[in-house]
Amino acid sequence: MLFFSYFKDLVGQEVTVELKNDLAIRGTLHSVDQYLNIKLENTRVVDQDKFPHMLSVRNCFIRGSVVRYVQLPPDGVDVDLLHDAARREARGG
Amino acid sequence: MSGEEDATVREPLDLIRLSLDERIYVKLRSDRELRGKLHAFDQHLNMILGDVEEVITTVEIDDETYEEIVRTTKRNIQFLFVRGDGVILVSPPLRAP
Repeated sequence: MLFFSYFKDLVGQEVTVELKNDLAIRGTLHSVDQYLNIKLENTRVVDQDKFPHMLSVRNCFIRGSVVRYVQLPPDGVDVDLLHDAARREARGG
Repeated sequence: MSGEEDATVREPLDLIRLSLDERIYVKLRSDRELRGKLHAFDQHLNMILGDVEEVITTVEIDDETYEEIVRTTKRNIQFLFVRGDGVILVSPPLRAP
């Protein structure tokens, strides 16, 4: 739930999603769900010459499980809040 | 303050919790390694790292000499979410910071 909440707070910001197949997509975070599936708007592929597959795609839905990284805006969210939330999380199982 | 927090280390995730706000080393699948400051993590080992250096290691084999050429590619990212299913291990940095 921690990262679901974090991404919900980040809606509207520009992020770069790097997939496990090395494709990197930059766009505006439109929405996210509990599986960390991501919907991006205004997308453009980072290395367009290497990955011409999605030249005309402007909005996409990305399955959470294919994400390797999400590059985030550094001033996205309060880092101290993240620390506190992480300390409370990751318990019990 | 933020209320009562258990300081006892009981399970492996508690060990990672000790490294919050510290620099850590993360080994990932596909011969990748990350070094960065741990800002957040969860039970899946999804993480948010700050001031990250990513190192990708590739091995090329020469066709004739069969010599192994090890190359590393480095990249710096300021603020990175890492999906937990790619994580192999988490540790304090392997060299003196």
